[in-house]
Amino acid sequence: MREALEGSQAIARAVALCDPDVIAAYPITPQTHIVENISKLVAEGDLHTEFVSVESEFSAASVALGAAATGARAYTATASQGVLLMAEVLFNIAGMRLPMVMTVANRAVSAPLSIWNDHADSMAVRDAGWIQLHATSNQEAVDTTIQAFRITQDTELPVMVCMDGFILTHTLEPIDLPSHEDVRAWLPPLEFDRKLDPADPKSMGMLVTPDFFPEVRHSHHSAMQKALATIEQADADFESAFGRASGGLLTVEGDPEAKIGLVAMGSTVGTMRAGMAHFQAEAGPARLINLRAYRPFPSQALRDAVRGLDHLIVIDRAISPGLGGILGSEVAAVLSSAPDAPRILNVALGLGGRDIPETLYPDLLAAVRDPDAPAFSVFDADLKKLAPEDR
Amino acid sequence: MVDDARLADLRRKFGRAPAAPSEPAPAKRTPREAQPRFRGLESGHRACQGCGEALAARLVVECAGPDVMIANATGCLEVFTTAWPESAWRVPWAHSLFENAAAVASGMEAAMKAKGRNTKVLAFGGDGGTYDIGFQALSGMLERYHNVLYVCYDNEAYMNTGIQRSSSTPHAATTTTSPAGKERMGKRHLKKDLLSIIAAHHIPYTASASVAFPQDLQRKVRHAMGIDGPAFLVVHSPCPLGWRHDSRLTIDVARKAVECGLFPLVELERGALTNVMPIREVRPVADYLKPQGRFAHLFSDDVRAQEERDHLQALADYNIQVYGLTGEGQDPADTGGAAAVGRSGRAPRGNDGAARRVS
Repeated sequence: MREALEGSQAIARAVALCDPDVIAAYPITPQTHIVENISKLVAEGDLHTEFVSVESEFSAASVALGAAATGARAYTATASQGVLLMAEVLFNIAGMRLPMVMTVANRAVSAPLSIWNDHADSMAVRDAGWIQLHATSNQEAVDTTIQAFRITQDTELPVMVCMDGFILTHTLEPIDLPSHEDVRAWLPPLEFDRKLDPADPKSMGMLVTPDFFPEVRHSHHSAMQKALATIEQADADFESAFGRASGGLLTVEGDPEAKIGLVAMGSTVGTMRAGMAHFQAEAGPARLINLRAYRPFPSQALRDAVRGLDHLIVIDRAISPGLGGILGSEVAAVLSSAPDAPRILNVALGLGGRDIPETLYPDLLAAVRDPDAPAFSVFDADLKKLAPEDR
Repeated sequence: MVDDARLADLRRKFGRAPAAPSEPAPAKRTPREAQPRFRGLESGHRACQGCGEALAARLVVECAGPDVMIANATGCLEVFTTAWPESAWRVPWAHSLFENAAAVASGMEAAMKAKGRNTKVLAFGGDGGTYDIGFQALSGMLERYHNVLYVCYDNEAYMNTGIQRSSSTPHAATTTTSPAGKERMGKRHLKKDLLSIIAAHHIPYTASASVAFPQDLQRKVRHAMGIDGPAFLVVHSPCPLGWRHDSRLTIDVARKAVECGLFPLVELERGALTNVMPIREVRPVADYLKPQGRFAHLFSDDVRAQEERDHLQALADYNIQVYGLTGEGQDPADTGGAAAVGRSGRAPRGNDGAARRVS
């Protein structure tokens, strides 16, 4: 049944459908409404879970870690500074190969202080060893959350569901929430073999000497690569059960004969889709690639998706100062081994919540045809606002 | 509530098998047989000779286990009991990070509640992980009233990284980051009064114990295990390497710390002092300081050395005053009594576990 729900409220309801045993969270803009809605569901008796209202994001992640170690289904949510405060625990959770799900309501990282959306937070922990999936809409965020609980128990890798702060979290949209019965039928109970249990005592999180450390890292990397198939399978299974998919590893739309392509993640995909529809006549044909799985990185799927393109615009919502776009650099690295790889134009857009209007679309396509365009730029930065020496 | 059937099952698996009802009871138990039936922390680990923390952890787990799980902070205890693929733990045990043992334990406890299980959750940390870097997580755990027993093994410095000062390091003690020199007489700041801070959370039970008084230590663990809520126990655990005393003197040094009044053994319930271990004969603080290299500079000719010794003596006198540590007459649970019975492993005569009550 479709209901008009705010993104955060829809996420809280989706989490409740998955019967988490333990939820620990600390409020931070723009994730706050998720915690508040979960608290309300608990208070009203609509969600039976141990909700631990902690004193910091660091403890939120740690409580979820402790719960997951006992074989409990655990969930947390955060954003921005919260992700960074959790960072040490996030690496730990992944390294211990504990299943859990976390929503990141993507927000810029201070300084300067900004409560608005970009991807600097989840990018900062891209090497933590978590699966990172991006949602382009609130329906996808809901469906991906449910899928995430299945992916995490199938892979024993924690899953981060990234949704753009405010743009998705605070937007009211018609959402189709599956029934509790259907989700229970689709999502098997969590059976965690390595769980802490007095009847079968195990030690977890032990010191590992150089004799075994590289093997641990190798197996983690290998598990991430195998997770590519698990992510695709979960989405396909979800589609056969509920009648809609969330984008597998990536999706490709637009003109298959186009020579220009765009790669984006999250809500920017929707903006570019609208731009493509409105400005097709003046901008010409293009292909739009929605990268849903950021970690593990779907290298082969991306190589297949760009085949035949002469130019590829990679849109970043975060930068690595001194290098350029993070996604852009990774796409360039992955395509370096592809024959006839397209020329890449890497742009950062919408940093710190700068609005990305669809009218930017024709400008992007014009830039890609400009041989003098820089390989990377903060595309929507107005350099006139800066002192001459900072331009 | 303890699930008796479950406990019996766990004891059968991991403890020594109880005698069958048909077998006649053994006439006399040898001292070995009188040892605890359950050892959650096995021998064979890599602790230094004379490690107070290893002994304390063994004493805690053997009377808390086997139906427990442990969240262990980073530190010596974590390192010397593990190194994959070996582990000295015979209870479920997890190490995550330095500063989150209390939060990880909170999560374990929440999961036990969610699943309707009675397994008691313990959190272990050193003074670094408890007094300092893990302090916020600990305060949160206590405030949220998780059913967790947090045990701090206090060896008064960051020993795992090689003897650096913590907020638990006593005044004037030398460490590698508070050395004595021309300008300094060791650590310039006081040992943090953690017990008072913990007690200010008004949790059901807060106590201090010492490896020198195992009987008293285990009584406190048993009491804490019976509480459905947060409990905190700090155990004074000498580190021969860090304190620079002979490794055979661990118990002796720990006992002197209690007997001079510098480390009072007390119990607080809901923030109020309810019990103390009386000192039979109060020792001068110098008796405690002398065997330890970390206080060696306090016995030089330097005029400041005498000042610092006087200062430490004043701190001990203060403890004796505020906690009322000098009892009158004989008491089975005083420093003499508890030490004497503790070494034999047998139940103390005339001691039903109650220490002197403070009126």
